Amino acid sequence: MATAATFEQEINLHDPKNFAPVIDLNDLSVNFGKRQILKGLRGELRGRAIGLLGPNGAGKTTLIHTLLGFHAPSAGTAHIFGKDILTDAKQIRSLIGYMPERDSFIAKMSAVHFVRLMAELSGLPPEASLERAHEALFYVGLGEARYRSLDTYSLGMKQLAKLAQAIVHGPKLIFLDEPTNGLDPPARARMIRLIREIRDSGQANIVLSSHLLRDVEECCEEILILKNGYLAVYCNLEEERKSNRKFLVLETRGDDAKFVEAIAGLGCEYALTGDHRLKIVLTEGTEVRDLYRIAAEQNMQIRRLSYKRDSLEDIFLKAMENGNGSL
Amino acid sequence: MAVYDHSYKNYEGPLTPDWSRFLVIPRHAFRDVFKSKLFTAFFALCFLPLLVEAILIYLHHNVNALAILRVNVRELIPIDASFFQTFVNLQGGFAFFVTLLVGPPLVSRDLRNNALPLYLCRPFSRAEYVAGKMSVVLILLSAMTWVPQLILFMFQAYLEGGSWLINNLWIASAILIASVVWILLLALLSQAISALVKWRVVASGALLGIFFIPSVFGEVVNQIFWTRWGSIISLGALTKNISAGLFGTFERTTGFATNMEGDVVSRVVMMEPPLWCSWAALFVVCAICLAILSAKVKAYEVVS
Repeated sequence: MATAATFEQEINLHDPKNFAPVIDLNDLSVNFGKRQILKGLRGELRGRAIGLLGPNGAGKTTLIHTLLGFHAPSAGTAHIFGKDILTDAKQIRSLIGYMPERDSFIAKMSAVHFVRLMAELSGLPPEASLERAHEALFYVGLGEARYRSLDTYSLGMKQLAKLAQAIVHGPKLIFLDEPTNGLDPPARARMIRLIREIRDSGQANIVLSSHLLRDVEECCEEILILKNGYLAVYCNLEEERKSNRKFLVLETRGDDAKFVEAIAGLGCEYALTGDHRLKIVLTEGTEVRDLYRIAAEQNMQIRRLSYKRDSLEDIFLKAMENGNGSL
Repeated sequence: MAVYDHSYKNYEGPLTPDWSRFLVIPRHAFRDVFKSKLFTAFFALCFLPLLVEAILIYLHHNVNALAILRVNVRELIPIDASFFQTFVNLQGGFAFFVTLLVGPPLVSRDLRNNALPLYLCRPFSRAEYVAGKMSVVLILLSAMTWVPQLILFMFQAYLEGGSWLINNLWIASAILIASVVWILLLALLSQAISALVKWRVVASGALLGIFFIPSVFGEVVNQIFWTRWGSIISLGALTKNISAGLFGTFERTTGFATNMEGDVVSRVVMMEPPLWCSWAALFVVCAICLAILSAKVKAYEVVS
């Protein structure tokens, strides 16, 4: 019994629900002049890697900027690791690393000089800054190019240098704003691998803002979808996938109308998604062989059949259609 | 996160104190500034008048040297408030040219490359950023103005004796205040222009223009209206008046209206604006500079 209790305690210890949320949004609203950009966002974000999704202009970057203290909230507030963004901004910024979306660097500087300067501004002593700058540049794969001027870097290298400056001081939370923008496939794969490595190290939480669903799908455990400044969806990606029903995707040849009628007779839900394409949710007791039997009876051909669950794209599209509320 | 161990690790070591963090900017900027041999040579040249000043002070108190040079001590410039004021003004001129070279790119380069979010996403405030950028100019200019001037003042006091020091202690304060006012104005103006103009050459031109165009315009006003109040828009004249006030050489009556040939055409005595007006005008200029910096030094411009 004692062992079980200890085990249970250990489980509780590792359950993120037992800790202060990484980011706690309390009715956070932001206005730019008369325009409301963020509208009463509310929620507790606890994941190791949180994907921030939304169409252009949804407020993703504004949310990051507000959390960094660049914009003052017009109403509400937010907490990062339990610290208020209004009153403890400096303390919060000492825990954060930020990789901006736009090209941002200091001209006429070598990469190692640039990253060292950023580390010193974060409060690291000069010697430690230099050491960490070398380490960070090696870590992101710019070790051999670290003495080159940033002006001579390619777009991919500049993105990696931005990542290096974001992690050089070993922050506990890293905001990555469109980190794969403009990268070719190998560079993108490298960036994704680095983000996953940082996530898996358990030393830092990551907030990844992107309009590329694939990036978020590959890196994040939780997603937050913004739509018109509202929080449309916040969910655990894995749990969401599990909770979604498994469905079949069929490609057929023949008379679909009679076929779907017969399937409806079995009590299955279905949807015609295109010409000779069907989505079917099987009921309890119905098996795939029943579909083949009905197809044979209707003189239909099933050319292709596959199992599917809702992808992030489905979740995103669903949120775009429905969501405009909060959690 | 060692070079050989490619894994992410937090930093657990000591941190520098908050108050000293703005000094990171000048430390890195000096490395960049003194990379240019031309600038280093010019900066060294700026110390030449100080060398002359030191030699003059030394000669005043060295009978043997005067004998060798066959110079009578009365033929030398007297070492008084005017002596120090002359060299403070001279060094101020050199300080202006150093500011022209160093000041304009400091903020504009960061704005051009969107670097401000990188500074301001750290435990580093906008005020610290401005203080850091200004201290690049202030430290350089201090090194060539009030610091060596005060050392030379102490050198003179050492050679002259304790009573001279006590009687002329006000000169030291005049050296300090006149220099600090001038270099503070230069630092603020150069940073404000740098925040407004993204291109270095244009920013340098604007800094030059801000000193010379109002001076010319002010002089035109003086000539047309037979007044000296045109000086109120000339930054050079303002600081010259303040410096003169501090060194006790300020006189409100400066002359009479003259024609192009320099002949006196009017007996109307023209008065310089009172000293408080010069101080007030300078405060207004500094306030405008601070307002510009406050408006421009932001992580991102908000388009509302």
